[in-house]
Amino acid sequence: MTSLYALVDCNNFYASCERVFNPTLNGRPVVVLSNNDGCVIARSTEAKELGIPMGQPFFQIRNLVESGQVHAFSSNYALYGDMSERVMQTLAQFTPNVEVYSIDECFLDLGDFYSINLQAYAREIKRTVWRWTGIPVSLGVAPTKSLAKVANKLAKKSEKANGVLVLTDPHHIRKALQATKVEDVWGIGGRYARFLRKRNVLTAYDFTNLSESWVRQHMTVVGVRLLKELRGEPCLELEEAPPPKKGICTSRSFGKRVNSLDEMQEATATYAARCARKLRQQKSCAQLVTVFVTTNTFSEHDRQYYNSKTVCMPVATNSDMELIHYAGIALKAIYRDGYFYKKCGVIVTGIIPENQVQLALLDTVDRQKHAKLMEVVDGLTDRFGRSKVRVATQGTDNTWKLKSEYKSPCYTTKIGELQQVWVR
Amino acid sequence: MELPLYATYIAAGFPSPADDHLEDRIDLGKYLVQNPTSTYMMRVKGSSMVDANIHEGDILVIDKSLRPADGLPVVCFLDGEFTVKTFRMIDKKAFLMPANPDFKPIEVTEDMDMRVWGVVVWVLHKPQKL
Repeated sequence: MTSLYALVDCNNFYASCERVFNPTLNGRPVVVLSNNDGCVIARSTEAKELGIPMGQPFFQIRNLVESGQVHAFSSNYALYGDMSERVMQTLAQFTPNVEVYSIDECFLDLGDFYSINLQAYAREIKRTVWRWTGIPVSLGVAPTKSLAKVANKLAKKSEKANGVLVLTDPHHIRKALQATKVEDVWGIGGRYARFLRKRNVLTAYDFTNLSESWVRQHMTVVGVRLLKELRGEPCLELEEAPPPKKGICTSRSFGKRVNSLDEMQEATATYAARCARKLRQQKSCAQLVTVFVTTNTFSEHDRQYYNSKTVCMPVATNSDMELIHYAGIALKAIYRDGYFYKKCGVIVTGIIPENQVQLALLDTVDRQKHAKLMEVVDGLTDRFGRSKVRVATQGTDNTWKLKSEYKSPCYTTKIGELQQVWVR
Repeated sequence: MELPLYATYIAAGFPSPADDHLEDRIDLGKYLVQNPTSTYMMRVKGSSMVDANIHEGDILVIDKSLRPADGLPVVCFLDGEFTVKTFRMIDKKAFLMPANPDFKPIEVTEDMDMRVWGVVVWVLHKPQKL
């Protein structure tokens, strides 16, 4: 065997980030709320044990929070993003081959490390991340990515494993597959899980005993790949650079009900600018811009309205000014007076690499000038923070902005919000 | 293609004698921070302590990757708050020494709910109000 992957997963990542700078939260139930404090999107182990489910609307646990039984935080993505980067950079000390899979998960290619004591090495990785960042992680190590996922799940559950499980011995691999329910396998969704259970395929091990042709027939080539992976044959390689996104969406719910075109224009412009920046970061341009607006569909006494409009721009672009301009046109086409809007969003699609943009015959935009200006704006944003320089349409008050009543300070990204430390 | 600015001088005539000696300006961030991944900052609260040379409003640069050793200032989490103490090893016992003579040294024992959060590597102090 030559291939070897580790899946490193941060335990209850958002809650753990809050705990690094607020250790009084250790051992206490912590939940993190979605944008706009709508519902629970992350929970500490203690909060899970209290029976708070994922996605629970915040108002249903408000009394627990107000009585101090549960600690709630508005999502603080500046903090989580920075802590995630620190975890990933710490992991990069151990192997140059790192695939950041999500904000709190990362695959490491440990193919060169077969000869060393893997258990000790995995423990060392876990300990180092803990010491450098204060974030607890779990590691699953196995010959394929799908098996590493299986190992990681068990590492978290089992007390004996204590956060680290190395699966290289075929006997151990079989036991792990037997202990994994088929619905818990990475890549088997709810529908396939029900389908398999009906055919008495209950565990990951049962799944590996299916024939390749049967799996191909019922679960396509994706299922076959998973089958091979779980049998120890690597089919998924490390994707070190994520492929450019096919579509970018920026949308948020408003903190309050919005019923004026001005406020909607500000929000749309802000989201359009955010899409433009993401496009520039991945060196691509978008041909289409879509704007959608919606009222609060949960409200029974408000009149409901939803609409969206897509504009095809003459030349694919990633300039703030152009995207804001066309998003504004789309918004005006669908905005109707007399509704209370809850949310709007901007989606850019038809994304192509920056250097493959087809210019229009009668192009009136000075693209070089735009590109230069955007370069300066991005530089200023990197230095001074988001939205310090912006197109005037984005507004300055942002009354439509998110509600985040319980946000913790940006401990690691804002000099004015550092944690305080006493000298006594 | 971007060319470094000084390269264009060569064709124009006598090369600048400084070309071979170009150096980057001193980067204070790099100087203060050895390991950016494990370095954090905190702001000092509390009346200034001459003994510790740490004053209200100062910024502590803290490296979480370093292990506490005898004589090093550390940030620890104690009784519900972050505080700065000096770490001491005396007769194989670990102590946290306060900066203020009114406070007693604290012996670190296994069962204490105390954790050293990180080692203070710099104290950034502004000598006057600018």
